[in-house]
Amino acid sequence: MQRRTLLKLATMAGAATLAGRMPLAFAQDKTPIKVGILHSLSGTMAISETSLKDVALMTIDQINADGGVLGRKLEPVVVDPASNWPLFAERARQLLTQDKVAAVFGCWTSVSRKSVLPVFEELNGLLFYPVQYEGEEMSRNVFYTGAAPNQQAIPAVEYLLSDEGGAAKRIFLLGTDYVYPRTTNKILRAFLNSKGIKDSDIQEVYTPFGHADYQTIVADIKQFSQGGKTAVVSTINGDSNVPFYKELGNQGLSAQDVPVVAFSVGEEELRGIDTKPLVGHLAAWNYFMSVDTPANKTFTKTWADYVKSANLPGGAGRVTNDPMEATWVGMQLWRQAVEKAGTAEVDAVRRAIVGQSVDAPSGFKLTMDGNHHLHKPVMIGEIQEDGQFEVVWNTEGPVRAQPWSPYIAGNEGKPDVVA
Amino acid sequence: MESGLRPQPGRGPFSPEHRLKTCLNHARQLCLRLLMLVLLTGIMTPALAMEDGILTALAGRDFAAKSQAVSQLIEAVATGDAQARELVLSLATNDVPNVRLNNILRQRIGAAASVLALESPDRAARAQAVQALLSSPPPAVLVPIVEAAIAREQDAHLQERLALLTALMGLQAADAGQRRDAVQRVAETGDPQYRTRLLDLLERNPDGSWVEPDESVRQATTEGIASLDAADRRARQVGTVFAGISLGSVLLLAALGLAITYGLIGVINMAHGEFLMIGAYATFVVQNLFRQYAPEAFDWYPLAAVPAAFLAAALVGVVLERLVLRHLYGRPLETLLTTFGVSLLLMQSIRMLFGAQNVEVMNPSWMSGGLTLMPGLLLPWNRLAIILFALIVVAIAWLVLNHTRLGLFVRAVTQNRGMAACAGVPTHRVDTQAFAFGAGIAGLGGCALSQIGNVGPDLGQAYIIDSFMVVVLGGVGQLAGTIVGAFGLGILSKTIEPFWGAVLAKIAVLLLIILFIQKRPQGLFALKGRSVEA
Repeated sequence: MQRRTLLKLATMAGAATLAGRMPLAFAQDKTPIKVGILHSLSGTMAISETSLKDVALMTIDQINADGGVLGRKLEPVVVDPASNWPLFAERARQLLTQDKVAAVFGCWTSVSRKSVLPVFEELNGLLFYPVQYEGEEMSRNVFYTGAAPNQQAIPAVEYLLSDEGGAAKRIFLLGTDYVYPRTTNKILRAFLNSKGIKDSDIQEVYTPFGHADYQTIVADIKQFSQGGKTAVVSTINGDSNVPFYKELGNQGLSAQDVPVVAFSVGEEELRGIDTKPLVGHLAAWNYFMSVDTPANKTFTKTWADYVKSANLPGGAGRVTNDPMEATWVGMQLWRQAVEKAGTAEVDAVRRAIVGQSVDAPSGFKLTMDGNHHLHKPVMIGEIQEDGQFEVVWNTEGPVRAQPWSPYIAGNEGKPDVVA
Repeated sequence: MESGLRPQPGRGPFSPEHRLKTCLNHARQLCLRLLMLVLLTGIMTPALAMEDGILTALAGRDFAAKSQAVSQLIEAVATGDAQARELVLSLATNDVPNVRLNNILRQRIGAAASVLALESPDRAARAQAVQALLSSPPPAVLVPIVEAAIAREQDAHLQERLALLTALMGLQAADAGQRRDAVQRVAETGDPQYRTRLLDLLERNPDGSWVEPDESVRQATTEGIASLDAADRRARQVGTVFAGISLGSVLLLAALGLAITYGLIGVINMAHGEFLMIGAYATFVVQNLFRQYAPEAFDWYPLAAVPAAFLAAALVGVVLERLVLRHLYGRPLETLLTTFGVSLLLMQSIRMLFGAQNVEVMNPSWMSGGLTLMPGLLLPWNRLAIILFALIVVAIAWLVLNHTRLGLFVRAVTQNRGMAACAGVPTHRVDTQAFAFGAGIAGLGGCALSQIGNVGPDLGQAYIIDSFMVVVLGGVGQLAGTIVGAFGLGILSKTIEPFWGAVLAKIAVLLLIILFIQKRPQGLFALKGRSVEA
C-alpha cells in the first residue's frame, strides 16, 4: 500500500515538474514589450516635459495601431521623477530592474541625464534623449535625438553676429545654473573669441532653477546694451522662462533693440505667456510647428486628434515642438532597429539602429550616425503674435553632430564614433 | 437713330455733314481715351512691376535680395511714389500676406512708416511716430521728409521731441560745429539709450583713422558719454532700491502671517507656504470665473480675488488649527513634524484638484507696462501695485492688532498667556481667530505672488524659507520687526545680486542672518518683558 502511494505521489510530482519545465516560447512571442517614459510631470520642469510624455504615449498608440513591433504590442511604463535629479536615477533603476523595459525615452535637463547615465551604463539599458544639450558626451547606452551645440548654439550665435541677424557686437549669456548652460557658454565664449568678440564684450549671468525675479537682470541687460549693439543668448530652463519673458515685455525691451535667442524655449513654453510684446525674439531648434511640409501636417494632425481623444488639458491650444518631434523620431528609429534586429534585446538594437533613417516632420531625412547622434537641420525662428515661430533662417540640409566640440580644449583626440 | 443732337435749322439729323461730324467726334473721344489708357499704363506699369518685384523678393529666402528690395522701396517713398507709401504702411502693420520679414527688415520698414506717420493730422499718431524715430533713426533718404515735418509742427511738446530728433540726425551733419551742438544736446537729455549713438562717433575706421575727424567734437562726445553714464548710475541706484523694495513687499506679505501666528502661538508652521499657494489658486479660480461669466470685467478680477484669497486661506487655517494644532501646544518638535506633513497633504490635494503643472494666471491689462520715472528707469506697474497692496495690508494688520478687541486679546495672549486667561480672555478662541487672520494674510500674499510669478503646487516651498528668515531676523510680537526685516532683506539681496549673481546673493544673505542672530538671538525688534519666552 505504502509503495503504491509513494509511486503515485512520485509520478504526480514528476509530471508537475516536467509541466513546469515546458518551454513557453510560443506564449512569449505575443507578450507586450515594455517601454519606459522618464519625464518630470511635476515641479519646475513639468512645463516642458509633460508634452514629451504625451507625445510618447501618442506614438506608442500609433505603433500599436500599426501592428506593434515584431507583432508585439508596446506597453508604456510612465514614472514621474518630479524635477528631482536623484529621483531620476532611482526611477531609471526601477524601470530597468523591476519593470524590465526594453528602452527608456526620457530626460530633459542635462543634470537629469548625468544622474541616470551611470544607471544605464551599469545595467546596460537604452536611453533615448530627445532634447538639445551641451555635447561632451557619447555613451554607448544613450541615443541623442536632440541637437548638439554645432546643430543649434553655434549657428544661432553666428546668425546674431551676421548682418541679417542684427550685427551684434556684444553678447549677454543668461542661463540657469547647471551643467548645460555652463558648458554651452564655455563653448560659445571660445567661439565668440575666435570671431573677434573680446571677453569684455561678453557677460555671463546664472540664475537658480525656479528663479522668478528678473528685474535686476533685465536692468543689467539694458545697461550692457548701452556699450554697443547687444544680443542675449538665453539657456534658461523650465518655468523660470515665464517671469523672464514677462519682465522683458513689461520693461519694454523689444527684439529690435536687444534680440533674445533662446535654446530651451519652444511653442510649449510660450503657451502661457502674452507673446505680443515678444514678437521678433528668437529661438533656435531643428523643427518648428509652423514648418510647412506634408510630413508635419500629418504629425500635427495626429497630435491634435490624440489631444482630443485623450482629453488632454489645454485642448485645442496644445502645440508641437522640437523635443516632441525628436521623441517621435527616436521611437520610430527604435522600432525600425528592433524590427531589423528581430529582437528587442539591447545589444542587438544598439548595433541595428546605426544607419537607420526616418522622414521627420521637419521635412528632412534624419539618420542615426555611428556617434549616436542624428544628422539634423538647423532652423532659427522669430516669435509671432500667436505664440508660433516663423522660420527666418535655416540650413540647406541636415548637419552631422559634433558631440566633442572643437571649441573646448582637449577634445582633439576624442573618438569620432561609439566603439 | 437717336443722337441727342438738337436738329439744326435747315439741317436734319441724317444729313451727310452731320453724320460726318458725329463720326469725327466719336473717333476723337476714342483716341483720347486710348491715349489716356496708354499713358496711365505706361506710368503705372513700372510702378506695378517694381512693387511686384519687391513683394516677390520679400516672400523669398534670400536676405541680400530682401535687403535690396527694402532699400528700393524706401527710395521710392523718398521720390513721392504713392504706391510705395501704401506698401510701406501695409508692411509695417503686418497687413501684407506671404512676406517673410525679420527684425532688421522690420526695423527699417518701421522707421520708414514712422516718417510717413509724421505727416498724419492726428497728434497721437505723430507723437507715437516721433517716439519710434528716437529709438530707430530714419533712413538717410527720408531725412528731407522729416525736416519738412519738423518745420510744419505746431504742437509745443512735439516740437521739443522733434528738436531732439533733429539733434540725433545732426550727429551726422556736415558742419563740425553743428555736430558738436548736436552731441551736447543729446547728452543733456540724460537718457542712456542714446549712448550707443554717441559711441559711434568715437569709432575708428578699418585703416585706423577716426570716423569723426574733428577733435573738438570727439572731446564733446567723450564728455557727453561721461554725463550719460553718471545719469545712468543714478537711475540704476534708484532701480536697485526699487527692486529691493519690491522684493521686500513680497517677503512682507509672505512673512506677516507667519510672524503673527508664530508670535502668538509659538507654533513653527511648516505649512505656511501652502497658505500662500491656496491664496494663489483662489486667485486662479476667480480669474477663471470672470473669464467665463464676465469677460468684459476681466480687468477687475483682482478686486474680487483679494477677499476670495483671504477667505480661502483663513478657512484652511481654521481647520488646521482646530483639528491639529490645538492638540499640540507646548510641543514644538511635534508641531514642526505635523505641520510638515500637513504641507505635503495640502500640496497633494492641490495636485489632485488642479493638476501637477503650473496654472496660468494672466495679469489684468492695467498691470502691463510700466511708469517711466527717469530716462532709463522703468518701474513695472505690477510691482508698484504689489508694493501698494503690501502697505495696505500692513496698515490693516496694524489697525486690527492695535485698535480692535481681537487685536487687544492677541497682544495680551502673546505677552502672557496665563495672565490673559486669568483676566478672562478666551484664549482658545483668540488662538483660532488669530491663526485664521495670519493664514488669511498669507492668502493675500499668494494673491499678489500670482501676478508676478508662476502658480504651481510647490509655490509655497519657494517662500517658506524666506518667510522664516524674515521672522527670525525681525523678531516676533511686533509688526515693526517684520516690516524692517522684510524690506531690509529685500534691499540687501538686490544690492548684492548685480555683483555676485542670484545664487551667491542668497547664500550671502543667509550667512549674514546666521551671524546676526549669534549676536542678537531674539531678532531686531523683540518684545521686552520677563515672560516673552514662555
